[in-house]
Amino acid sequence: MDWFDSGWGLSLIVFLPLVGALLVGLAPKANENVVKQIALLTTVVVAVLSVVAAFQFDYASSADFQLGTDLSWIPSIGSNYHIGIDGISLPLLVLSAAVTVLAIVYSWNHWEEPKNPKAFLILILLLETGMNGTFVALDLVLFFIFFELVLLPMYFMIGIWGDKSPRMVKVGRFELETETRLYASIKFFLFTLFGSAFMLLSFLALSFEAGTFDIPALIDLGSGGAFTGTFGQLVFAGMFLGFAVKVPMWPLHTWLPDAHTAAPTVGSVLLAAILLKLGSYGFIRIALPILPEQARAWAPVIAVLAAIGIIYGSLACLAQTDMKRLIAFSSVGHMGFVMLGIASLTDVGINAAIIGMVAHGVITGMLFFLAGSMHHRYHTRDMARLGGNMKLMPKMGAILAFIAMASLGLPGLAGFWGEFWSLIGAYNPLNGLNVSLFRGTMVAGAIGTVLTAGYMLWMLQRVNLGEPSAEWEGHDLPDADRFELVAWAPLLVATVAIGVFPRIITDATNGAVVELVAKAFGS
Amino acid sequence: MNQMLFRFAEEAPEFSTGGAMQEWAWLILVVPFVAVAGIVFFGKRMKYQGAELAVGMMAFVFVYGLILWIQTMTDHVVYQNSIVIARVSDTLVFEWGWVVDGLSSMMYFLVGTVGLLVFIYAVGYMRGDVRYTWFFASFSLFAGAMLVLVAAPNLAQLIVGWELVGVASYLLISHYWEEKENSSAGMKAFFTNKVADVGLIIGAIALSGAVGSFRIDDILDAATHGDGSMNAPLFGSTVAIAGALLLFFGAMGKSAQFPLHIWLPDAMAGPTPVSALMHAATMVTAGIYLMARMFPLYQTMAQDARPWMIGIGAATLALTGLLALVQDDIKKVLAYSTVSQLGYMMTAVAAGGYTAGLFHLFTHGFFKALLFLGAGSVIHSVHSNNMSDMGGLRKSMPVTFWTFVIGSGALAGIFPLSGFFSKDEILATFSHEGYALVLSIGIAGAFVTAFYMTRTVALTFFGTYKGEGHPHESERLMTVPLIVLAVLAAVAGFVNWPGVFTGFTEWVGTVAFAPLGDYHPESLDLALAATGMGAALLGIAAGWLLYGKDKDTQQARDRFWIPGLYHAFEAKYWLDDVALGLVGVVKGPLARFVDWTNTNLIDAVVNAVGISTRWLGQLVYGAFDQGGIDHAIDAAAAGTGAAGGALQKLQTGRIQQYAGAFVVGAVVLVVGFVIFTN
Amino acid sequence: MTLAPILVLAAALFSMGIYGLLARRNAVMVLLAVELMLNAVNINLVAFEAAIRDSLATGQIFAIFVITVAAAEVGIGLAIVLMIFRNRHSANLDDFATMSG
Repeated sequence: MDWFDSGWGLSLIVFLPLVGALLVGLAPKANENVVKQIALLTTVVVAVLSVVAAFQFDYASSADFQLGTDLSWIPSIGSNYHIGIDGISLPLLVLSAAVTVLAIVYSWNHWEEPKNPKAFLILILLLETGMNGTFVALDLVLFFIFFELVLLPMYFMIGIWGDKSPRMVKVGRFELETETRLYASIKFFLFTLFGSAFMLLSFLALSFEAGTFDIPALIDLGSGGAFTGTFGQLVFAGMFLGFAVKVPMWPLHTWLPDAHTAAPTVGSVLLAAILLKLGSYGFIRIALPILPEQARAWAPVIAVLAAIGIIYGSLACLAQTDMKRLIAFSSVGHMGFVMLGIASLTDVGINAAIIGMVAHGVITGMLFFLAGSMHHRYHTRDMARLGGNMKLMPKMGAILAFIAMASLGLPGLAGFWGEFWSLIGAYNPLNGLNVSLFRGTMVAGAIGTVLTAGYMLWMLQRVNLGEPSAEWEGHDLPDADRFELVAWAPLLVATVAIGVFPRIITDATNGAVVELVAKAFGS
Repeated sequence: MNQMLFRFAEEAPEFSTGGAMQEWAWLILVVPFVAVAGIVFFGKRMKYQGAELAVGMMAFVFVYGLILWIQTMTDHVVYQNSIVIARVSDTLVFEWGWVVDGLSSMMYFLVGTVGLLVFIYAVGYMRGDVRYTWFFASFSLFAGAMLVLVAAPNLAQLIVGWELVGVASYLLISHYWEEKENSSAGMKAFFTNKVADVGLIIGAIALSGAVGSFRIDDILDAATHGDGSMNAPLFGSTVAIAGALLLFFGAMGKSAQFPLHIWLPDAMAGPTPVSALMHAATMVTAGIYLMARMFPLYQTMAQDARPWMIGIGAATLALTGLLALVQDDIKKVLAYSTVSQLGYMMTAVAAGGYTAGLFHLFTHGFFKALLFLGAGSVIHSVHSNNMSDMGGLRKSMPVTFWTFVIGSGALAGIFPLSGFFSKDEILATFSHEGYALVLSIGIAGAFVTAFYMTRTVALTFFGTYKGEGHPHESERLMTVPLIVLAVLAAVAGFVNWPGVFTGFTEWVGTVAFAPLGDYHPESLDLALAATGMGAALLGIAAGWLLYGKDKDTQQARDRFWIPGLYHAFEAKYWLDDVALGLVGVVKGPLARFVDWTNTNLIDAVVNAVGISTRWLGQLVYGAFDQGGIDHAIDAAAAGTGAAGGALQKLQTGRIQQYAGAFVVGAVVLVVGFVIFTN
Repeated sequence: MTLAPILVLAAALFSMGIYGLLARRNAVMVLLAVELMLNAVNINLVAFEAAIRDSLATGQIFAIFVITVAAAEVGIGLAIVLMIFRNRHSANLDDFATMSG
């Protein structure tokens, strides 16, 4: 498997979806099945390759960048085609490749207006190139290109296939009548672009200072203390804006509920499962190791914002009547735990962040699948009108109950470890950080878990339990079909597997994380 | 095999480290979850709809637990083993593991025995239920979660089992979720427990943060030696005491200590077998188990936490027992009685009575399961929970009646039934450790317990039948577990008869972790035993006097001060005056006051917090998120749009106006140039 | 010979041109006004060149450039005006505010 290890494997994982998108584009529009089969085949091959990568990966030296290559790309600015994975990116790469397959399986018979499977599948494949590329890129320019590449397909997904209900945007006397999908897609695009503009400035500044875009080289320089003073602060601030919008961190999160609620089901799933992780991954991969000194200075700010996000997201959830919007707001809380772990700057906390990212991807992805499927049947997401779902659709109700429990952080399921470890991280943050402040954030986080349990159970009570309303009598409400079950089963299995045996994540991450922390913050 | 074990073995060479049975004891933890999966996926297609899997699983746990118990009794086995499930730093490791020692095998045995009997009973009780298969899946999960908790060699696994027990109880309590009341009761249980769990989690993190390990043996080792492996002086430190108190806070939730007991009476919304298992072997015993497991911690490093624990335990014991006096729902009487018995156990363990608390937990497991199953049998027959719909059932349901009486006697602490021995040991602990006030509360508690159990028996089985239909004895599937439990409830006390046979003390003293430190296996204190027994008999007498004769409706008889009744008592015993005066104060204003605070203060606070949190959520969402932050974003977009609209007016399309502007601009430039260059 | 009278002449011509550009409604007249302004500039160019005795004759060369450009402009301009007149039957500039925003 020399060809695989020398970078071809990762390159295929990144660019095969692009080839698939071209092939889908060339396929006749009339023959819908061919279009779907090409897309499915492409993503399955990519997923298999990512699993092969996981097997080829040398876990004993998970801190090293492996299976990659470093080729000259744009010599005039010193940017190389440098790719590779370490223990931090591996789980996220596999997650991304797997969830895309499931998204396409689910899409098989779920098309939102205006249908057009061909265009939709092309967008999914483009999105996959962007997501996988971000996780393997080891060059700031390459990273930035992939990071931005995901914006466009998602923008079109929301803007074209999204929620078509009218939406009034009112600011004082100014009123704007628009559609939810347009409002949400533009908000998503602008918000993210705003952040990445500053991020690009930071990348350029780093390159002017250090003379390279190469991430491993920059990490070596940064951990040696090359970037200091106002320069370092400004560079970190820029990166912070770019990544924090994507995560999203309070108070930069308001794009998320709108985008999630308006997006078509598959769009919400990919958005929640993978796209949000690009931000937190950026913190771990780029911001922390390259600018350790600034990370120390910013850590309390990040921790406090994360704690506010946890409490705030949970409180907002309690006020929701729209099921999908509730799930969207829950992401704010869950990503708060991820950021709290990162902010602790400890190996426990960063491990927590990565397993939290994977778990959130699996669990919230699943929740959005369910919200989509239920909307598909009930044609409403208003929880006041739902109820008794457990009676009308027993399978779907049971899955919803299960995954809601996972989402509230039930031990033994995936969500628990991320929360638990990030609380441990916050209890004992890196030496030199303000311990009482971090313990305060830990208590806030712990209170957040109670609130999370509150809104999840409340949602279950309103949606799943009780007698179904008379409204649904005589309606044709089929239970989960086989495409749905095939798409969901892997997520459910992963939820249990990660929960029972978190080693499947930490065996990859721990070596890399310990090395990262030792290098950047080592005493 | 770990180092700690060897170190321990050197200190105490008489302990054996076990053999193949102990190495394979992980099966006890895994089999229930395999059964759950089997029932969920294949249960509906099985002959008995999955019940056979559940009962088979419990039978396996019972047999295995029995073998482990015998081996522990005979060889003093102490065994623990773990597998690594995650490494999250150079040093911090998370593990699944299993402990086989006296304490855990006592719990395996208890869960196995009570569980098996309750499961068999449930096969009959739940027949024809809407969600029969689902019920047995959740029920198996409930038992499995408790076993995970009990087997935990580290606090992380303990938390996992702890919360899984919580979620299983949620599923079971809201089993009849068509009624909103029931699903709300389930939520209340889960939520109250979750609040307490936060204490447990923070406490566990704090303690293991100080010691550097989540393993219970490492923590207790640090506790008994007064130092941590990382921080030197932990003895009496704020971290140690705060951590210990937070663990206790967690235990308060699961073990329903005042004021976190409020979920337990509502939890009666679930089917009766659930209540039986929940009150006897799983769930509520978890808190006591945790306190016993961490016993050396409270004896050494965190001694200062003990007064708080004793206070809470005694308050639970005193306040909740009284509530049982005014209940009409037979299950609620039993529920409040459980809470008050848990108060006994918690106070005993906190006061240093390691054996006493666990002994009461052991005997209580049998007789409380028996009482609940008996109540279930009655409810099954009369289709009502209310004692005002019962009466006179001793004729139509003899087996239920006699077993229920044995259970009540054991609970009241009547010699030679099991409750007598365990309650006496608790009282002896209070006396020995010098807690006079607690001792008197304990004796008063014995009186109250006997009183309300007599009332229950009288209202249910004596007098005339007030319900509808013709009650009949339950089927054999239900009466056989009752009989077996009645035998166990009667004889379980003999395992620890001070001066005669003290097997239990040795048994639970064989623990895997640090030495237990300062605890006292008590000797029989005859005077104290007589006092306790006297209080119980007094309670029975008082109860019988008030409720034994079926002259009046139950509500009327609850109002004891009705002159006729009062005089009738006065005519018989002058001692009754004192007793009834006492009972009057206790049962009238005081009990109702406590009941009132229970619903109007504590419950109201919980409700108010719930409501105001939602209100706050609405406020944050409406005023700040949508009105503030989102508003600012929209304003920026609108500003840009408005500016465009204003500038649009300049674009007239009249070319001569553009030319005019151009000329004016040119002139301005020229004039400016002339002015500024000079 | 003094420069002033010639500059005055040029300025007068230029001003007439501006007046015509801004005030006339007929497109042809506006084009003529532009011609007038260009020629005023030409006069200035030639006059200044003569005044400073430029050996490279820059002014005259520029004047010829301007004349060439003016010819091209009138050619295209008149063609446009013609096309507009054919389509709209009007050469009045006020009728052509179709670019209004």
